[in-house]
Amino acid sequence: MKQRYERPLIKKLSAGPLNKFGARTEAQPVPDIDGAPVKDLLRAFGSPLFVLSEKQLRRNYQQAVRAFRTRYPRVQLAWSYKTNYLNAVCRVFHQEGAWAEVVSGFEYEKALLNGVPGPQIIFNGPGKSRAELQRACALDSVIHLDHFDELYELLDLAAGLPRRPRVAVRVNLDAGVYPQWDRFGFNLENGQAWNAIGRIVGSGRLELVGLHCHLGTYLLTTKPYGVAAQKLADLAWSCRTQLNTPIQYLDLGGGFPSTNTLKGAYLPGTDTAPGIDEFAEVIADTLQRAGFRPDELPLLILEAGRLLVDDAGYLLGTVLATKRLADGRRATILDFGVNVLFTSFWYDHKISPAGDFSQHTEDTVLYGPLCMNIDVLRDSVNLPLLNRGDQVVVHKVGAYNMTQWMQFITLRPAVVLLDEQGRPHRIRQAETLDYLQQLEEVPAHLGPHPPASSPQARGSQPSATATPG
Amino acid sequence: MKLKKNIATSETGFIFNPATGDSFTANALATEILQLLKQDQSPAAIKTHLLNRYDVEPNQLEKDWDDLVAQLRDHQLLD
Repeated sequence: MKQRYERPLIKKLSAGPLNKFGARTEAQPVPDIDGAPVKDLLRAFGSPLFVLSEKQLRRNYQQAVRAFRTRYPRVQLAWSYKTNYLNAVCRVFHQEGAWAEVVSGFEYEKALLNGVPGPQIIFNGPGKSRAELQRACALDSVIHLDHFDELYELLDLAAGLPRRPRVAVRVNLDAGVYPQWDRFGFNLENGQAWNAIGRIVGSGRLELVGLHCHLGTYLLTTKPYGVAAQKLADLAWSCRTQLNTPIQYLDLGGGFPSTNTLKGAYLPGTDTAPGIDEFAEVIADTLQRAGFRPDELPLLILEAGRLLVDDAGYLLGTVLATKRLADGRRATILDFGVNVLFTSFWYDHKISPAGDFSQHTEDTVLYGPLCMNIDVLRDSVNLPLLNRGDQVVVHKVGAYNMTQWMQFITLRPAVVLLDEQGRPHRIRQAETLDYLQQLEEVPAHLGPHPPASSPQARGSQPSATATPG
Repeated sequence: MKLKKNIATSETGFIFNPATGDSFTANALATEILQLLKQDQSPAAIKTHLLNRYDVEPNQLEKDWDDLVAQLRDHQLLD
């Protein structure tokens, strides 16, 4: 029997300070996800392939709820649809008890189709149409107002309605976060938010039920949440004492980090990102001390997204080629690019080989398959000696990739959910050329459509036609 | 293709170039190839030996051979 092959490698030894993380590569082989072998998944569903762990999704949700409910008596999580609105993912969270937080008309309809009752849908975002506002009013969802134009539109709309629409005011405030997210909602410090609240209450046409603040994204410190909670609580207190309008809930938004490593960060995300317990401690402690009587504590709503889904998602792929660049660096070309792994613009994603390897490693650039210079997945990563056909696993890709991905040069791959027993279920098919062309129309003078059996009309990616084994 | 005569190699994969002071590590296959080169075996004979001994396709070996030669040349280890 022939011996296992590893391509020959020579590495120059250079004197210098030792790597602070030691000599060992971060990459350990990851041959399976929740017990499902990577090679079997790729064989059955094609490469590349997104994989989500239902076990981890539920674990994350339960952990977040536990972190807050052990510190504050009234807590509700609302699943942030834009983070990953694949129906299977949404339904896992809704089964666990999450409401829906949506930011567009189509997300709103998706939430309804996923069985979320209207009153449990929070309608956020700066771009709601009149028809979407009407729909949300009819189904008694809470509309989070973003600007005065929306407020006046809704006041106009509410004049003809039998029931007062329920609204919350999105507030932006100075919590010490730079840059301050002041593009969403009404500013607190310059009086805009109070002005909006006054108009809502004074109109008598809208029911003010909540105050909302979303500080930012991927915040690596807990203190701003304490500041925001205090300011929202003070504002709620003013609503009660000055306008005789008790606030039913405070929505502290999301922005909680996962443990991905941000590009340019000195230390890995696992060492720098606070855990959800730390955020819960600051928020709950602030609200408990804000002066509310125990029986009138407002409901605390959190719009968690990334925190719940990021580490439950994996992207499996295959090495297409390796080559050496002009300056001697190794380059590895994978079968998924930045159009599929959008978050590679934000993070230095951890990438592991799926198979065994020796102790020898090398620095390599990781490229995707796109014929575009921007298609760089990692500028430099230390990996074992990969060859064409080797399989890799990218970690913590559950958030934003399966919503911000785009068809560009290559089509979008299939997505599989591993249930709690590790059994794979395809929850989104790989795209085909037919799917891509469904919405296109060719004017008659440019000729007839090619016959359906022609090569142009068929899918072009092997993964597009793969079926589960 | 010949290694420079003054290049020292060990069985554990340590390489030293006394002319430049540079030192290198080699993985098992590179070490084996360097040993065979030192024994004045021709590239063709070495490749045949490797194809018989390792689970590798000829095209893969050919590509990796070229890459190794480029590395050796880059590090000024070849005559």
